Amino acid sequence: MLQSKFSHSLTLFQKIKNYDFILLMSILILGIISIFTMYSTDGGEVLFHTKSHFIKFAIFFPMMIILSFINIKYWHAGSYLFYLIILSLLIWVSLYGVKASGSRRWIDLYFLNLQPSELMKIAVILCLAKFFHRIRTSNTNAFSSILISVTIIIVPTILVITQPDLGTSILISFSGLIILWFSGLKIKYFIYSFLIFITSLPFVISFLKPYQKLRILTFLNPEKDPLGSGYQIIQSKIAVGSGGLTGKGFLKGTQSYLDFLPEKHTDFIFTLFSEEFGFVGSMLLLILYSIIIYRIIRTGLISRSFFSRLFCFGFSFAIFLYVATNMSMVLGLLPIVGSPLPVMSYGGSSLLATMIGFSIVLSASINHNQNIS
Amino acid sequence: MFDVSDNVQKINLINRRLFIITAAKIIVFFGLSSRLFSLQVKQNNKYLTLSDKNRIREWKLHPVRGEFKDYYGNVIAGNNEVYQLHVIPEQVEDFRYIALRLKNILNLSEKEFQKIFKKKKEIKSWETIVVSDNLSWEQFSRVNNYLHDLVGVKTVLSISRIYPFNENYTHVLGYVSQANEKDIINNEFIKEKFVPGIRVGKTGLEKAFENTLLGENDIQRFEVNAYGRKISQLEYQKGEKGKTLRLTIDTEVQKLANELLKDQAGSICVMDIYSGDVIAMHSSPSFDPNLFVFGISKDDWQLIRNDPMKPLVNKTLQGNYSPGSTIKPIVALSALENGIINTNFTINCRGHKHPLELYGQTYHCWKKEGHGFMNLRNAMKQSCDIYFYEIARKLGVDKLSETAKKFGLGKEVFGDLFSIEKKGLIPNTQWKKNALGQGWLLGETVITGIGQGYIQTTPIQLCLMIAQIGNGGHKIYPKIVVNEKDHIAPPDKFMPLFVNSKNIKIVQDAMFASTNEVRGTSYKSRIDDKKYQFAGKTGTAQVKKITEKDRELDLKTFEIPYEERDHALYVAYGPYKNPRYATSIIVEHGGSGSSTAAPMAKKLFKLIIDRHALRETIKENKYWDI
Repeated sequence: MLQSKFSHSLTLFQKIKNYDFILLMSILILGIISIFTMYSTDGGEVLFHTKSHFIKFAIFFPMMIILSFINIKYWHAGSYLFYLIILSLLIWVSLYGVKASGSRRWIDLYFLNLQPSELMKIAVILCLAKFFHRIRTSNTNAFSSILISVTIIIVPTILVITQPDLGTSILISFSGLIILWFSGLKIKYFIYSFLIFITSLPFVISFLKPYQKLRILTFLNPEKDPLGSGYQIIQSKIAVGSGGLTGKGFLKGTQSYLDFLPEKHTDFIFTLFSEEFGFVGSMLLLILYSIIIYRIIRTGLISRSFFSRLFCFGFSFAIFLYVATNMSMVLGLLPIVGSPLPVMSYGGSSLLATMIGFSIVLSASINHNQNIS
Repeated sequence: MFDVSDNVQKINLINRRLFIITAAKIIVFFGLSSRLFSLQVKQNNKYLTLSDKNRIREWKLHPVRGEFKDYYGNVIAGNNEVYQLHVIPEQVEDFRYIALRLKNILNLSEKEFQKIFKKKKEIKSWETIVVSDNLSWEQFSRVNNYLHDLVGVKTVLSISRIYPFNENYTHVLGYVSQANEKDIINNEFIKEKFVPGIRVGKTGLEKAFENTLLGENDIQRFEVNAYGRKISQLEYQKGEKGKTLRLTIDTEVQKLANELLKDQAGSICVMDIYSGDVIAMHSSPSFDPNLFVFGISKDDWQLIRNDPMKPLVNKTLQGNYSPGSTIKPIVALSALENGIINTNFTINCRGHKHPLELYGQTYHCWKKEGHGFMNLRNAMKQSCDIYFYEIARKLGVDKLSETAKKFGLGKEVFGDLFSIEKKGLIPNTQWKKNALGQGWLLGETVITGIGQGYIQTTPIQLCLMIAQIGNGGHKIYPKIVVNEKDHIAPPDKFMPLFVNSKNIKIVQDAMFASTNEVRGTSYKSRIDDKKYQFAGKTGTAQVKKITEKDRELDLKTFEIPYEERDHALYVAYGPYKNPRYATSIIVEHGGSGSSTAAPMAKKLFKLIIDRHALRETIKENKYWDI
């Protein structure tokens, strides 16, 4: 056992040879794009958001590279611990967290406000990947394993829902469920639970907060209250639609420049990008995300260990989910739930979580031949 | 260690499920792409328009109102440059301090001072407060002295209405004042061009020609942000000034009319008997329309509103008066036309002791001693009531009303140009049946013959009537605006209103006698010079029924209370040879027509005929009427 653990230690040269430079470059390009877009949201000046985002990316990107040289087995070994730390942070938040705009999401760390729910998106994938790494196919559908895995998902989801933060909790539960899917949970369970979800939907809706109900109603008909609840989605659609084929040009997006766009730094950053760079730019961004997702899946496919494989597939799905949810939201295809666009959106915790995820993937690609007991 | 077969199974499972998920991802991304395509490429125009609508705001500015000129091109309602004082709260550091400074500099009242704060609350901080509409020159120069330390305060040149002839044109032009809700609802043009503080016509021609006068707004297009703050000006579109209208009125004559009626209530109008040009049209007392431009003060308004002589009423168009004896030319003409009488028809007027008796009612002549034997010419000359009682009785009210209506009585002279114009009333048997549900009485016909009873006319109608007698009995259409749009002479212009032109001549001759022969009622007011000689008919309209007691007392005018005094009327045309102008004069409670109204006509004709040559020169050059 011990022998096999260390039999795969690689030289630095081998590590660099195995390194996924395409993924690394894609992330770097995405980061640069995000800084320029942030510069545009600040109205073409280097203001708070641009500076802050630049500093965060400048710290997290090298950090990602450094972390990627940590052997995947250590990630495997620390998975439960990581999950438990984040979980306890979540509990801490629900008790002593910083309150802002009606929800308790942040921990005040003096130099930055950390949002543990964002980190939980990664932690739940890590934890479940480790859990199913050990379990045999025949045991996957055993009651005990289902119970444990569902508990791993449910506990943080409920904690985040009560913050309240519906968007993040949905993303956490979906990130967890996708691991269950890959690990071979019977499809009929998914179908059953989906049916149960549909039938209990009216019941769930009755538990939603009034503003959440309003968001759903607004999604169904934004023109009903164009200056109130429908304002965001209408202005967002106007911004995207007016971008045209090639966009209005960098720093020339009138919708955002004249403050018609709400939350342009965070959830609606794609709107601004799309207004300034048009259909062509948006498609290029979508392709860039597709490349990243593809590279993560590829890493999973070449990995020998189930842990790496499950994590990569799970994380690739998570990235896909964030992108799809965010874009669908700003394009008026989904109700507005808070969901940032990975790397692009302003927000340290989200960027940190994404970067940690990337570093694990990069580590998996370096150590793709390594088996984990 | 792991079971190999299980590993293979597990890998197969994961890969199978990955395949399903990847397919789903591709479908979703494809869906997103097509949504982007639909929004950005297919519906681009729609959203581009919406985006421009978002960011571009139009600011309409005050349109420049068209002017009014008199016949000779003098401006009678013009645009004056005024200085306004604007404050932009956002640029002011300490608003209260600035407001206090302005209060001291401009000598504002406490009320005006509070108004500034009220206005400030109603607007956004980057919008403009108009502190003063109209700075006096003194205020303007004082503000300019201090302007360097009044940051956020600026003086702005603006345009406002001015009426240089003050009260002379009030009832013709009306006045402008701030548009209220009613003006905006009733007039689409005002609604379209509305800007806060826009002045619109409230009465008179200012109101009638509102749409022509208004002009086009200057338009500024600004790029604004989501909060409506101006970011940059994109375009400035110059508007067009409203059309300038030239009136047929002669300011000199108008001024004389105003002078003649000074301190009296009444109306004077003068008309060209061929073209129908209104040369003067004045209602007295008048008021200064300039008071209304910047909002009239409460005191001034009360003064005007409560004046017993009713300056707000345009008596020329709105005053319904009994025509009194001024109707006699029409009664005579009607009797001649219908063959009831000829020039030799004679009646004996025997004074108050022997009045006309009809079913127990008595009808007196105004002259106590009686006129003796009267033929038509003498009866008209001396205004014998008994004679006209008799011919009215013979004629019947229906035939009389027919002739009266032909000459323009009983309907609006200017059509629907002035919304306030009254129709007057020419009664007949049918009218009484419909309106009052009673049969016509013969006694009512008798008093209609001397212009009393139900019959009511406006001064402008009397003027038109006498103009049409003066021009030989031809129909004319009075007008007051020279360049009225699409003014085409109606087909029946100059159409004869008589059956036999001889009858008109007879009436004209009788009117000549009334003014220019001894014993004529207006003999004292005659002008012997053939150039100015005019023919007229006096009238004295009773305000209340004369009782036997009054008749016995026979009081002089100044002994009767003002409200009970008779209205004095006079209608005339001249010069008698080659007549050109007609006039109607009414002085409310002025006593008798011969003593009060007729002397005014004398002064009027002197001026009008003196100015005739000048008027003709303009006519030849600039004004042609088909």
